[in-house]
Amino acid sequence: MATVCEVKEEHIIEVKNFSFTYAGADKPNLKKINMPIGKNAVTALIGPSGCGKTTLLRCFNRMHDLYPGNRYDGEILLDGKNILGKKEDLIALRTRVGMIFQKPTPFPMSIFDNVAYGLRLQGIKSKSELEGRVETALKDSALWNEVGDRLKNPASALSGGQQQRLCIARAIAVEPEVLLFDEPTSALDPISTQSIEELVLKLKDKVTIAIVTHNMQQAARISDYTAFMYMGDLIEMGVTEELFITPKEDMTEQYITGKFG
Amino acid sequence: MDKFLDSLFLNTSRIFAITVLVVLVALFIVLFKEAKPAIDAFGLQFLTNTRWAPNMDIFGGYPAIYGSIVSTAIAMLIATPIAIGIAIFLSELASPLVAAIVGMAVELLAAIPSIIYGMWGLFYLAPILKDIWGGSGLGLATAGVVLSIMIIPFMAAITRDAMKTTPDILKESAYGMGATRWEVLKDVVIPYVKSGIIGSIILALGRAIGETMAVTFVMGNAHKVPHSLFEAATSIPVTLANEFTEADTDLYYSSLFYLALILLVISFTVIAIAKFLFLKRVQEKKI
Amino acid sequence: MTRQDRRVLTDKIITALSFIASFIGIAALFWILGVLFYKGFTALNLHTFIYDMAPPGRAESGLRNALVGQLILVAGASLIGVPVGVLAGTYLSEYGGRNGKLAKLVRDISDIMMSTPSIVIGAFVYAIVVAPMGHFSGWAGIIALAIMMIPIVLRTTDDMLQLVPGSLREAAVALGAPKYKMIIQVVYRGAKSGLVTGILLSIARIAGETAPLLFTSFSNNFFSTDLNKPIASLTVTMFNYATSPYEDWIDMGWSAALILALFVLGANITARFLIRKKKGEK
Ligand SMILES: Nc1ncnc2c1ncn2[C@@H]1O[C@H](COP(=O)(O)OP(=O)(O)O)[C@@H](O)[C@H]1O
Ligand SMILES: [Mg+2]
Repeated sequence: MATVCEVKEEHIIEVKNFSFTYAGADKPNLKKINMPIGKNAVTALIGPSGCGKTTLLRCFNRMHDLYPGNRYDGEILLDGKNILGKKEDLIALRTRVGMIFQKPTPFPMSIFDNVAYGLRLQGIKSKSELEGRVETALKDSALWNEVGDRLKNPASALSGGQQQRLCIARAIAVEPEVLLFDEPTSALDPISTQSIEELVLKLKDKVTIAIVTHNMQQAARISDYTAFMYMGDLIEMGVTEELFITPKEDMTEQYITGKFG
Repeated sequence: MDKFLDSLFLNTSRIFAITVLVVLVALFIVLFKEAKPAIDAFGLQFLTNTRWAPNMDIFGGYPAIYGSIVSTAIAMLIATPIAIGIAIFLSELASPLVAAIVGMAVELLAAIPSIIYGMWGLFYLAPILKDIWGGSGLGLATAGVVLSIMIIPFMAAITRDAMKTTPDILKESAYGMGATRWEVLKDVVIPYVKSGIIGSIILALGRAIGETMAVTFVMGNAHKVPHSLFEAATSIPVTLANEFTEADTDLYYSSLFYLALILLVISFTVIAIAKFLFLKRVQEKKI
Repeated sequence: MTRQDRRVLTDKIITALSFIASFIGIAALFWILGVLFYKGFTALNLHTFIYDMAPPGRAESGLRNALVGQLILVAGASLIGVPVGVLAGTYLSEYGGRNGKLAKLVRDISDIMMSTPSIVIGAFVYAIVVAPMGHFSGWAGIIALAIMMIPIVLRTTDDMLQLVPGSLREAAVALGAPKYKMIIQVVYRGAKSGLVTGILLSIARIAGETAPLLFTSFSNNFFSTDLNKPIASLTVTMFNYATSPYEDWIDMGWSAALILALFVLGANITARFLIRKKKGEK
């Protein structure tokens, strides 16, 4: 049984007895996970490659439903309601839970249209409202100063770090409740990485963040809670400083002291 | 000894590689040379002259050129939406197993010799179209339908391949925004692979316009500009296939080469546009 | 209806349209296959293989001479096309470099040649072979098919050889092997199934060609293996028979079509199987 600390914030997500099995896998890839995610906190998922961090993150917006045959067991509650039901409205879920990927994923359209994408999907047509909300999103993602004067340019012309912040702007424009980050800086240089980290810290006032990272320093720098996973199990979840200084599980200690992984 | 064999191997392989260039250049030169008497006699008027009267040594290429363009246009109008529908089905909708099976079937059908499509068109499709449209059942419309059926598998297969180059992560981030499957296709996949799809369609067009055997059976073979799409007509390849062995005067023979040269230039241009303007970019683009 | 309902509905409609398009396309194609097998088998029997082509109405009528002629034409074209195509492809991959000027040019030209209308190639060979010789001949047919085959073999060889890891080449050269030995013993071996696949596909492709044979090898009602004379082929026979007014000839044309299709599909399936197996090994 995993050691899970107390999360004092309201639990916006509650993972309960949750297992996940990929299509064709003979045993679950995530095993009986129980963990809360605190509202407006940053929760980091760490662990050696292949331990299931990405897999868990992609359950929170049911990304696995894109591919047939994957199986969820147990419950994941968002604001107290299970999101794993057959009838769950995935479109609505994904506007509430946004996602940022390992590599920047600008859509093949202009900077403006990228940020306005989710808004337009929701049916917002008014030009002034779109412009206002695109501007806010770009300011919140610290990109406005760099691109405010060339919103019509294709997004693909931006640098990697700018593209990643654009994806963040695109995600926050629809004002989601939760943002999922899957190693958002693994394809970026140190300076871009720093700006993304600063952004994450700034964003948590407005949105709950879950971030997968293979970089323990990054987890230590930006997260309030850290969950350590190993081979599909949640081993330990703790307040970040405590987990890194006084881990409660041997395995966690071995991992953070670099004995394996 | 090794040194000698080494240079022998290198030089033979280089000469063979150059052979391809030589053949292409020779193709143009020979066709031009054979067409020269007709070019001298008719000039560019050949392109617009509608009269083809071998017994009077009068040759105009317009009916054949017209037939080629119109039958190809009909084929493209029918094939493009269906092929894109199949490509979408294969790359986005079907389960992996269905996509593999149907995809394989499509690829195998693309390999079936075109003459078989032509025979099917003559014996099975034409009688049905005759009941629907009247006339003989032969003509540009029928040729267009047979051509479309012939290029659908090819077009669907390469369009699907183009669509599959969209990185999963890009599609996932659109789904992650709450987009529906159609919205992901329309806003992300199609814009991302646009040049690949256009290139594939043009490449299929190149195939269609140069196709002989699928249409020879169903064109009706009348050397005139038809009044309607349901009347017997001809096209450049059909004229060549039917009349080449009948050409009894030098000017007749040379006029056929003039048509062949025109077809070569058209198809060369079409394929070059597909390749260099559209498909090149696809290979260079990466996320 | 909310906006989201409408979005979901649009999605469903487009999905349905795409299913319908696939259904139409695939139904038409299966119709053709059905016709091919049904008609192909009506006239197919032992006679098809033991008798030569005969005037309509004869019982002792078959396709033997056309089958043999077809085999000779395809084998002849392969004997020229395969070595030339493989060696030319070898030049592009092993000597020309990925971005060498000549290599790039040859690659581009081959891509264009692959899509050149086959009837144009037929006319070309007529002008350079048939006209000077004064008559149709098997040689002319072989040359026309070989011209079509070379660019296909060349491009697949080039692609397949480039998949062989550079480290293998370096290992062989480091052992002191001269380059030609390195290529033959290491690179070709490494790319073997890919090369065979490419060759098979190119053979399947030219075997189904009719247009380039119409006025090169022409056709011949009698059994002949003389390449200096016109020679029968399945495809040209299909054309002549199918456009004839005689029922029995038309049926035999379908038999020829079936035999040809089985050959072409068989070669394609074998090629796919080889590639699959190769991928499985890795
Ligand atoms: N699409 C998939 N299908 C089947 N198994 C998968 C798939 N993706 C990941 N896995 C398996 O699930 C486990 C967890 O993978 P992942 O969540 O990507 O790890 P992490 O992000 O922690 O590096 C691994 O053993 C991996 O092999
Ligand atoms: Mg991962």
